[in-house]
Amino acid sequence: MIRSARFWSWIAFGAGLLYFFLPLIGMFEFSLRAKRGEYSFLAYERVLGDPQFQQTFLYSVVMALFTIVWGVFLVTPTAFWVRLKMPKLRPYIEFITLLPLVIPPIVIVFGYIRLYNTSSFLPLTGSALGTDILLMFGYAVLALPYMYRAVDTGLRTIDVGTLTEAAQSLGAGWITIMARVVLPNVLVAVLSGAFLTFAIVIGEYVFAALLNRPAFGPYMVWMGGNKAYEPAALAVIAFTITWACMGLIQLATRFSKHERAKR
Amino acid sequence: MAFLDLTHLEKTFGANRVVKDFSLGVAQGEFVSLLGPSGCGKTTVLRMVAGFEQPTTGSIRIDGQDVTGAKANARNIGMVFQAYALFPNLTVAENVAFGLRVKGVPRAERDARVTEMLRLIGLPDLGARFPFQLSGGQQQRVALARALAPRPRVLLLDEPLSALDAKIRVSLRTEIREIQKELGITTIFVTHDQEEALSMSDRIVVMNGGIADQVGSPFDIYNRPTTRFVANFVGTLNTFDARVENPETGTVTLGGVSMTLAEGSLSARKGDTVAIALRPEALHLGRTEGRETVLPARIEAVHFMGSVIRLRADIGGTKVSLDTFNRADQPPPAVGSAMEISVSGRDAIVLRG
Repeated sequence: MIRSARFWSWIAFGAGLLYFFLPLIGMFEFSLRAKRGEYSFLAYERVLGDPQFQQTFLYSVVMALFTIVWGVFLVTPTAFWVRLKMPKLRPYIEFITLLPLVIPPIVIVFGYIRLYNTSSFLPLTGSALGTDILLMFGYAVLALPYMYRAVDTGLRTIDVGTLTEAAQSLGAGWITIMARVVLPNVLVAVLSGAFLTFAIVIGEYVFAALLNRPAFGPYMVWMGGNKAYEPAALAVIAFTITWACMGLIQLATRFSKHERAKR
Repeated sequence: MAFLDLTHLEKTFGANRVVKDFSLGVAQGEFVSLLGPSGCGKTTVLRMVAGFEQPTTGSIRIDGQDVTGAKANARNIGMVFQAYALFPNLTVAENVAFGLRVKGVPRAERDARVTEMLRLIGLPDLGARFPFQLSGGQQQRVALARALAPRPRVLLLDEPLSALDAKIRVSLRTEIREIQKELGITTIFVTHDQEEALSMSDRIVVMNGGIADQVGSPFDIYNRPTTRFVANFVGTLNTFDARVENPETGTVTLGGVSMTLAEGSLSARKGDTVAIALRPEALHLGRTEGRETVLPARIEAVHFMGSVIRLRADIGGTKVSLDTFNRADQPPPAVGSAMEISVSGRDAIVLRG
């Protein structure tokens, strides 16, 4: 009976693997066919050698890093404060952080354009820097559900209230408490949120396209409409970046100083 | 003037008055316990001293300085929590050094103080460990060292032994008291464990419903409780209703038997009913010299507790507990047997309130 159950679970697992990996294998195989009659990495060479790829990718990486920094500064103190001082507000804050999942990005970006156009009180879209700042805010909103949840989960694993009071009794102010007690103890959670943010920003299309910024997402879409084998290569590259981010989350957990000592 | 002076403290949460007109003066170097059941307001008093709660009314002075409105991080008070509250990302040494770093103490001085503190708590070699690599007792000692390292003016202990197992609890309370005496630090200790309070304190404040029911030395609190609550809460107590026969001589009748109370302990009129309390150790099996009142009893249960045997007996419908020392050559009485129990009126406590 047990042997039969194990057999069927292996069948289900195998079917799942095939369902997930077959299209990827197909795409990977297709990306290798750029040279007629033989497998090669020609499509990858073309993509990686394309100056536009390098520019858009670098732009998106920089935007992702700024978004992460802004997200950490926005979310960590908020989640900490809500847990410590306003626990009754938690359901409302959680609801607000979930809104980006139900409001389409196109609605948000049109709202931004309407609010921050050149004739508004804060004409952010009037300059490249202003638009970049607006784009960063937009990315932070898109990443909010993931970042907030990651940090909130991290805070749940420590007794925030007592640790804060212990630090206060030792003379620490709020900045010291945040920097030396809260952040180091939720660092793994913050890093998880950061890598998820990175993956979101790298692949994001709507915000960047409608704000007319040279990001990686619009480049991928443009490539998909104009080339044959390169889009497949680009998709494989994008997948690799996402998986690398997930791997980094695992590594961050593994090599966190006190987490490592636990093993 | 007391070193730590709490004057008419009140604390309300919404409509709930948690602390009511609480005043207490603590001398420098004194160890005072706030003892009481859950919800009596003892932790709220401690948190007001620490600065984590603001009193609704009243004032807190430390060494003559009014700190009522001061922030928690500006009071220079050390605190040890029930849940240890060690910073999990820092090693033992880093935890102990935390308060010193916040104060900006130079590295060399800080390291010396950390070494001194770790030696004081008997863990000189564990500085490089993380908190989760220590036992509960070790963690609480580190928490004590961390609280003491910045040389606080007052040490607050919020049920620091509650999370530990019984044996560690007993040894750690001795250690805490010795360290407190060695440093001469003014200490307030919150506990619901009467044994801890009785064994550690210079004075005990028994709290009930937000007020200080009785303040006194452990000896007074145990032997001379002034209210029924204190008498019942501290130690085991047998209570009887007695009828006053002669207020001048302190004579009452207890289950039809006459008993003379200690001089001056009775302030009632003839014919009044008063509540009399007797500790289990004040009741003796059989007739014994110096215990003039003999009451007939029936043994209902025998609890062997090692060095002491606690008996449950029925005296004329009143259930009582009495303790007798274990003797290898004398087995305890059988359940159901009829015995005589002797008591002295001088051991009786007349309860009020």
